[in-house]
Amino acid sequence: MAVLTPSSVLRRRRNTIRATDNRWSQLRHRFDLSGTPYLYIAPFFVAFGVFGLFPLLYTGWMAITQWNRDIPGSEHTFVGLGNFARLVHDDYFWNALRNTAAIGVLGTVPQLLLAMWIAHLLQRKMRGRTLLRMGVLLPNITSVAAVGLIFAQLFGRDLGLINWGLSLVGIDKVDWQSGTWQSWVALGVILTWRWTGYNSLIYLAALQAVSDDLYEAADLDGASQFQKFRTITVPALRPTIIFSVIMSTIGTIQLFTEPLMFNPGMSPTGGDSRQFQTLAMYVYEQFWTHGKYSYAATVSWAMFMIIVLAVGANYLLSRRIRSSS
Amino acid sequence: MHTRRLKALTVLTASCLALVAAAAGACSSAKPGQTQLDVEIFGDMGYRDLYTRYEQSHPGIKIVEHVVSYDDHHKNLQAHLLGGSGTGDIEAIDGGYIAQFRVMADKFVDFRDYGATPGQWLPWKSQQATGANGQLMGLGADVGGLAMCYRRDLFAQAGLPTDRDQVAALWPDWQSYIATGKRFKAGAPDGVAWFDSGSNVFNAIIGQAPVGYTATSNKVVVAENPAVKRAFNLAVEAVQAGESAKLATFSQQWNAGFQRGSFATVACPAWMTDTIKQNAPQTSGKWDIATIPGGSGNWGGSFLTVPKQSKHQKEAAELARYLTAPEQASWIFRTQGHLPSQASLYNDPAVLGNTNAFFNNAPTGQLFTEAAKNLRPQYQGPKDGDIGPLIGLGITRVDKGKQRPAQAWDQVLKDVANATEP
Repeated sequence: MAVLTPSSVLRRRRNTIRATDNRWSQLRHRFDLSGTPYLYIAPFFVAFGVFGLFPLLYTGWMAITQWNRDIPGSEHTFVGLGNFARLVHDDYFWNALRNTAAIGVLGTVPQLLLAMWIAHLLQRKMRGRTLLRMGVLLPNITSVAAVGLIFAQLFGRDLGLINWGLSLVGIDKVDWQSGTWQSWVALGVILTWRWTGYNSLIYLAALQAVSDDLYEAADLDGASQFQKFRTITVPALRPTIIFSVIMSTIGTIQLFTEPLMFNPGMSPTGGDSRQFQTLAMYVYEQFWTHGKYSYAATVSWAMFMIIVLAVGANYLLSRRIRSSS
Repeated sequence: MHTRRLKALTVLTASCLALVAAAAGACSSAKPGQTQLDVEIFGDMGYRDLYTRYEQSHPGIKIVEHVVSYDDHHKNLQAHLLGGSGTGDIEAIDGGYIAQFRVMADKFVDFRDYGATPGQWLPWKSQQATGANGQLMGLGADVGGLAMCYRRDLFAQAGLPTDRDQVAALWPDWQSYIATGKRFKAGAPDGVAWFDSGSNVFNAIIGQAPVGYTATSNKVVVAENPAVKRAFNLAVEAVQAGESAKLATFSQQWNAGFQRGSFATVACPAWMTDTIKQNAPQTSGKWDIATIPGGSGNWGGSFLTVPKQSKHQKEAAELARYLTAPEQASWIFRTQGHLPSQASLYNDPAVLGNTNAFFNNAPTGQLFTEAAKNLRPQYQGPKDGDIGPLIGLGITRVDKGKQRPAQAWDQVLKDVANATEP
């Protein structure tokens, strides 16, 4: 039996410490390799969990209750999918969906075509190119509320600049806010004004990958500006177009501030006949104006599913385009 | 998903407010041992000098006022009451929102516990802030009253009398007001309408009915109550006679309408005299004020409340009582024009003798107190604030020629059903 002298105890302890040290540094090394990347991206997921995932799930929870501002205790009444069943028969929901889609098409299609053409023009070598390239982004960095207010004035019935311009060429006053088509067109113009520059910069960035030789060769062949646009620019942009279509679709489905500011008196009904009430405005009206918390949550979830469907459709479409090219 | 974003925003705003409040608390001049009271309001209520006076007589109190826009203020209050924290010690609530918050009366201090008696205010004013168990959740600050502002110059051009007593005699009731509008249109310059919008006329008419949109059982009775249909029919008759300028209240075009003289009359609460003055200073002296058809009315006005979340309920209730006491309310009226709601001031010569130079020295004190005093108390339901604008939209649809009155009414009923289902 070994006698435990003080020195042997000390030695043994030192050995243990060395072993632990080794194990620690090994662990640290391993964590450094495989753990830190997760730590680096953790802030995003924490923020997403708090501000994205939790509200998403909580909204889902709200949607299966009958929570109403004016009925105390109603947040504990469960109705299952009853709210979704109601939604299917809700004319105003379908009206909002139709308005959103129509304004989206009117605001996105001309916008993306215009953005491509502008990107094509800005691709050329010319004086002040950087200034112009930056300039097209200006509408996008102005406050959306200010844009809404100013355009509401421009499209004013009695004192609006646009009606004044139309009157010069002999066209009668248009009540932009009151008519269905008129308000859709006006909102399409606002969206186009605000987002064309942004998209043309994205297209322009994609065009940097296109060799100047192609354009020069086309010049030698005597191609017109439009021919070059159609045969060189557009094919080169194809993957980017898919990206911008998806982003515009998502943005359109969430459209809110512009139509709200466009309405005189700024009520979320989108005009006296709900002619330009978008889905997001309908959620806002149900939640804040009428205090139908659960129903607003239901419409929100419907919007979420519509976005998922739209993105899915876009994805399938883009796969077909890619494989065909 | 907008609610998601809204929610995130609300959370952010709430936490920012908490931060700001904490920071303000830390940086404010509240000395150790002093109690800070946060007063949250949605516009200038004219209290600033009163705070200073109150702080001088109460050395232990420090008052900090936070002003937010009308819509945001009430939405924040709603969110903070739901969330259980974040309200101020005193929260102002507008007359248009009080019925909605009354459902949650138990989240507010009952002022009867702090010595207030409902009888100090106009009966209908206190009634609006009385909860289901009789608790007094709000103290009456100002009221609107209601009179008819009219353009003397346009009346003269149309061959109508301009003297305010003669003008009032033209319209003892709404039927004659609309008939006078037809006379006006016949002689008036082109492009000048009789009133600004059909929905304002509708609101004034329905405000005089003994029962409005909601029965005392909280059942919504828009479809059953003949008074609502009658008011709708009158407003529709007027817009179909071309009397409306088709301007949405508070829109930019409405503001411009005052400058351009687009309409000759507008239903006018006390606070709107200031709106007109600000919007169209160049029309000074062209305006005058006469009694409203039917003789009574109210539009707007506010209450002070103390949420139970407040950590200084007693001090806050005392301050709220001070700010709404007759002496202070009279001072606010004389210096800033907010019409008081304290019953005792309705015999006060200083209030009754008030006139307004911008409106051809009209006896505003007399006119507005008369309208507010004569108003028959009408029960306000929690949904009333939502229902009014929906009916207004129906009148607008007729006004713009989009729908026939019967169609518009059907859609109103559909809209009201949508708004009031849970």
